[in-house]
Amino acid sequence: MPQVTLVEAVNLALARAMADDAEVLVLGQDVGTDGGVFRATVGLLERFGPERVIDTPLAEQLITGMTIGMAAEGLKPVAEIQFSGFGYVCIDQILNHAGRMRHRTQGRISCPMVMRTPCGAGIHPPEHHSESPEAMFAHIPGIRVVYPSSPRRAYGLLLAAIQDPDPVVFLEPTRLYRLFKEEVEDDAKPLALDTCFTLREGTDITLVTWGAMVHETLQVASRLEQEGLFAEVIDVATLRPLDMDTILASVAKTGRCVVVTEAPRSGSFAAEIAANLAEHGLLSLFAPVTRVASYDVVVPLSRLEAAYMPGTERILDAVRKCLAFG
Amino acid sequence: MTIVGRFEIEARQYLDVQGRALQTLPESAREPELLVSLYRQMVLARAFDQKMLALQRTGQLGTFASGLGKEAIDIGVTSAMRAEDSLLITYRETVAQLARGVSMLEILLYWGGDERGSNYAVPRTDFPVCITIASHCCHAVGAAYAMKLRRQPRVAVCMIGDGASSKGEFYEALNGAGTWQLPVVFVVTNNQWAISVPRKVQSAAQTLAQKAIAAGIPGIQVDGNDLVAVRQVALEAIERARAGGGATLIEAVSYRLADHTTADDASRYRDADEVAAAWQREPIGRLRNYLLGIEAWSKSDEEALLRRCADQVQEATQAYLDHPAPAPAQMFDQLYASLPAALAPQRRQALAKGTADAAGHAG
Ligand SMILES: Cc1ncc(C[n+]2csc(CCOP(=O)(O)OP(=O)(O)O)c2C)c(N)n1
Repeated sequence: MPQVTLVEAVNLALARAMADDAEVLVLGQDVGTDGGVFRATVGLLERFGPERVIDTPLAEQLITGMTIGMAAEGLKPVAEIQFSGFGYVCIDQILNHAGRMRHRTQGRISCPMVMRTPCGAGIHPPEHHSESPEAMFAHIPGIRVVYPSSPRRAYGLLLAAIQDPDPVVFLEPTRLYRLFKEEVEDDAKPLALDTCFTLREGTDITLVTWGAMVHETLQVASRLEQEGLFAEVIDVATLRPLDMDTILASVAKTGRCVVVTEAPRSGSFAAEIAANLAEHGLLSLFAPVTRVASYDVVVPLSRLEAAYMPGTERILDAVRKCLAFG
Repeated sequence: MTIVGRFEIEARQYLDVQGRALQTLPESAREPELLVSLYRQMVLARAFDQKMLALQRTGQLGTFASGLGKEAIDIGVTSAMRAEDSLLITYRETVAQLARGVSMLEILLYWGGDERGSNYAVPRTDFPVCITIASHCCHAVGAAYAMKLRRQPRVAVCMIGDGASSKGEFYEALNGAGTWQLPVVFVVTNNQWAISVPRKVQSAAQTLAQKAIAAGIPGIQVDGNDLVAVRQVALEAIERARAGGGATLIEAVSYRLADHTTADDASRYRDADEVAAAWQREPIGRLRNYLLGIEAWSKSDEEALLRRCADQVQEATQAYLDHPAPAPAQMFDQLYASLPAALAPQRRQALAKGTADAAGHAG
């Protein structure tokens, strides 16, 4: 089995989906000859031709809107928005059209589309290349928001997203694109959407996270294990619809929960999970649910990036306070 | 100095405001029976439009945007389409919807606040009414791309207003349509007003048709109150698109004879004189005069038609008023292809009457 990076896994899934289904196509800025600025679509143009690997004009609303039009006609388009910081104009199309098309036409027209975009901080880029928009997308009814955290999950979840009959916003953690490799079998097998993945089992505390922060959170869990403390680590993976059952079941076992996100704290998706735990898991809790998040500030340029994002020390600190409570 | 490009915009008209032929009518308008049938559609649509306004005023319909004055545009364009083409419209294209086969009942349901009105029984691939201005221009590009990719001889027809032609999505769509030579036709109804903002405040461009030039596609202006001209121009554009000739932008010049919507009072921002003058150019009287002139229509035909229209509209209205409201489950049942587990508790809550607000987990 080949060892691949996360971005290579994305490429593998795209190629697999396109090879297996002639209705799948990719479009976006520089996705053709260049293979995408992160090379997620490299090689697809040669294999599948310019009709199905479409270099678009520099026009994000067109990319998203035409993707909706293609999907409404029954194709399975996968749009790439080069960086999520440039994808905010797409929220209008996703919210006002993709998310509601099936409902408002009573199932007559649906939008089996995927919008992929790299996001998150930690790659020392220019401004507007480090955004964490997941809570904004996760607030939208009628869509799925998927955020893989490893090459294997990127492969399986992207295949599932492409096959899904409803619109999916597929957020890719830029920081993890090339951070590590994993064995990924190109077996065309999708992973389940709408479900959390329990990456480590534990009894002392539940750590809930998604995207790139899964990486630091797993490191924290390893550190704790050296001290004889066992953290259960849950990768949310699909933020909407949210599998709260898995999180509640875990907290029923551990009694403590820290939610880790690299998005700004206020109104973040961590708040949604914390609120659900307060509503439905209060009696299992021995300590307040704690959020570890970035600050409520603009994502800084590279020199302050590390200070902005919740690294292992900030997570560990919150975990220790949570464990010490009560 | 070197001139690297030169452009001109053609304006097309066949019938003058009195309904006299200005030149030999095109092949597409030579059959009097066809013109009569299109005339009937326009009259029926106007009767329906007036009924919808009346229903709104008596609290039996939600906010509604009248299509009064643009009947020739909607009928001219849709009569140039084939059933298998796709139409993408805004809130002002009720006349076009009727012509495509959307039933009066469906239209009434939609404006009466019932999503089932967008589940068209007939034009299954036509898009639902688009309320966010110009966003559907991009959908039209995607739909046309799909048609071209699948080698289907189909065309996407996208209708917008003059205000919409100021939006980025309109330009992005035109540009994309030109880039890929797509089978799509954009029809801008220039009705001179975008709510209270007049056409000259939308753009300093001399015509809206010329916006096509920067996208590398043909743009043409047409008298939007002249059914013969609209139909002919639309036929040329749609058939060229079908034959692989790419996109066209049509600017149809007309006038919004009604308020913007039932929530608007146009007398706040425009003169009665201007509206009175526009009535002199309106499309239905113009075509009637032409048909009377060639003796394809008579006073008694007119009376019989008006009676039939009134009956048909009344029948649809009754069916609408008798239509049972949707069940609350409807909010959930078509949102996703199958109900996500996370939404099941909320659905149960919506169905259980009188329960406290204890909906399940996040959706
Ligand atoms: C994106 C967006 N902005 C604003 C509105 C509110 N609005 C509804 S209709 C309208 C004017 C549209 O004018 P025009 O495109 O000329 O079409 P008309 O109503 O005259 O047919 C506005 C501003 C909207 N629906 N969508």
